[in-house]
Amino acid sequence: MWRRAYKPAIFLLCLLPLAQMLWQLSSGALQPNPVEALLHGTGDWTLRLLLVTLAVTPLKRLTGWRRPVLWRRMLGLFSFFYAVLHFLVWLALDRELLWSQILEDLTKRPFVMVGFAAWLILLALAVTSNLWSMRRLGANWKRLHRLVYAAALLGVLHYWWLVKADVREPLIYLAVYAGLMALRLPWPPGGTVMSPWRRSL
Amino acid sequence: MRRRYRPPFIPSSEITDEKLWRDRRRIIRAAGIAGLGVAAGGLATLAGAFSGRPPGKGKGNAGAGSEALEPTPWKYITHYNNFYELGTSKSEPAENAHYLKTRPWSLSVSGECEKPGILDIDELLRLFPAEERIYRFRCVEAWAMVVPWNGFPLSDLLKRFQPTSRAKYVEFRTLYDPERMPGQKRRVLDWPYVEGLRMDEAMHPLTLVATGLYGKELPAQNGAPLRLVVPWKYGFKSIKSIVSIRFTEKQPRNTWNRMAPDEYGFYANVNPDVPHPRWSQKRERVLGTGIFAEKRPTLPFNGYADEVAQLYAGMDLRKYF
Ligand code: HEM
Repeated sequence: MWRRAYKPAIFLLCLLPLAQMLWQLSSGALQPNPVEALLHGTGDWTLRLLLVTLAVTPLKRLTGWRRPVLWRRMLGLFSFFYAVLHFLVWLALDRELLWSQILEDLTKRPFVMVGFAAWLILLALAVTSNLWSMRRLGANWKRLHRLVYAAALLGVLHYWWLVKADVREPLIYLAVYAGLMALRLPWPPGGTVMSPWRRSL
Repeated sequence: MRRRYRPPFIPSSEITDEKLWRDRRRIIRAAGIAGLGVAAGGLATLAGAFSGRPPGKGKGNAGAGSEALEPTPWKYITHYNNFYELGTSKSEPAENAHYLKTRPWSLSVSGECEKPGILDIDELLRLFPAEERIYRFRCVEAWAMVVPWNGFPLSDLLKRFQPTSRAKYVEFRTLYDPERMPGQKRRVLDWPYVEGLRMDEAMHPLTLVATGLYGKELPAQNGAPLRLVVPWKYGFKSIKSIVSIRFTEKQPRNTWNRMAPDEYGFYANVNPDVPHPRWSQKRERVLGTGIFAEKRPTLPFNGYADEVAQLYAGMDLRKYF
């Protein structure tokens, strides 16, 4: 069945932004400030994939389509993957591994602190995203993984605080985040809509 | 009916291509270095500053290197711009450049002066022939480039209007016309863009009115038809597409300072020791270098300390940032 190709296809799809960045890097398209372009590209995709991950549950509720639940962990891990790249680009290329400056940023600049907090959450979630951790943590696993809502909000805040004047893009992310959270509220009262798709996973 | 502007026809044979321009520079530079040997000390420093050589010597300039400044390629200077009137990303100003028609254009000069007046752009270009000045350019966002401007000293222009003794500051304004500057359709900033200089800064020989770039007409995205260039200050002081100049007694409130007073001051002198609240100013990224290229240390007054530091003698540059 075609459905078995979904997951590998999504895996490859998630690698496309990286492939594009590397291609543009080698062709010179990121000039004249390639480090800035990589920092922004990886930051954008961390946040986008995090929001895509958060869209799985509302999608299921609205349409009854449950298959994306099977891809949720992979989507979340890809968000973390871009977060790691983002962090490394920042450490090595933007801050040039100058530890005094890195420490200064991490302790004095709120937009960096907020980004770092989001990053630490994603790290904790990625590390505990395996079956073994789920079993070990039991009911706490679910509690821990609810921090994903905080991570996404901190990511939006991080973006909001770093733009100089034009907040259009962070606003769009904020609106998407708010929408995805609102769709989690118990509605309609008394139970969710039963879509005809629901039975055909 | 409004008459549509027709740009003057320039045969392609008259447009300097960048490579030719660079070859010519090399010859001029060689001649310049020979000439420097003859020139007197003070003058030589100034001449060096004009031709883009980092003025060496001074303690604050350690690390400047004595190499002649290599101009940033045309493509980068004209496709990586902060010009919110034409879009807030770095690439939009070049994409939207066609909106900004630069004729008709006039400059009004008013305020504390004997002979206020209005100058048509073509008259202005005729009155003040352009010379070449290769300057370092440092953005407050911690990136830097080297720009071969064509222009004339601002002081030449200002003197013509005879500022009075009450003129303590000069205020500049950008065009306000959302049709020609589509970025102004949204209130990202408080339009029109306003900048200001203290009188002595405005009259300083390094302060330039730029009308060209690489020997060509100034592209719209770089602030056509005329812009300010103050090489020892962060780029946002170098206001683009100017339509009005006013001599004032009181210090003008510049746009970015009004937007975020704790982030952008009136003086905005390049200073490695005063960080922006969100980033350090200690080091700067040179545009057009690779991803593994090191940043370089930021120079006090962007490398022009020998020429301008005395303007701020006794001032607390942390307070007046
Ligand atoms: C170690 C933690 C992090 C650090 C140090 C960090 C640092 C930065 C820096 C320095 C910038 C560029 C700022 C500028 O150019 O003015 C940036 C941009 C960005 N970061 Fe982060 N970040 C971190 C984590 C995150 C995380 C976890 C997310 C997402 C959830 C994120 C999303 C973004 C976004 C969306 C941008 C803006 C991209 C754009 O302008 O297009 N960052 N980050």
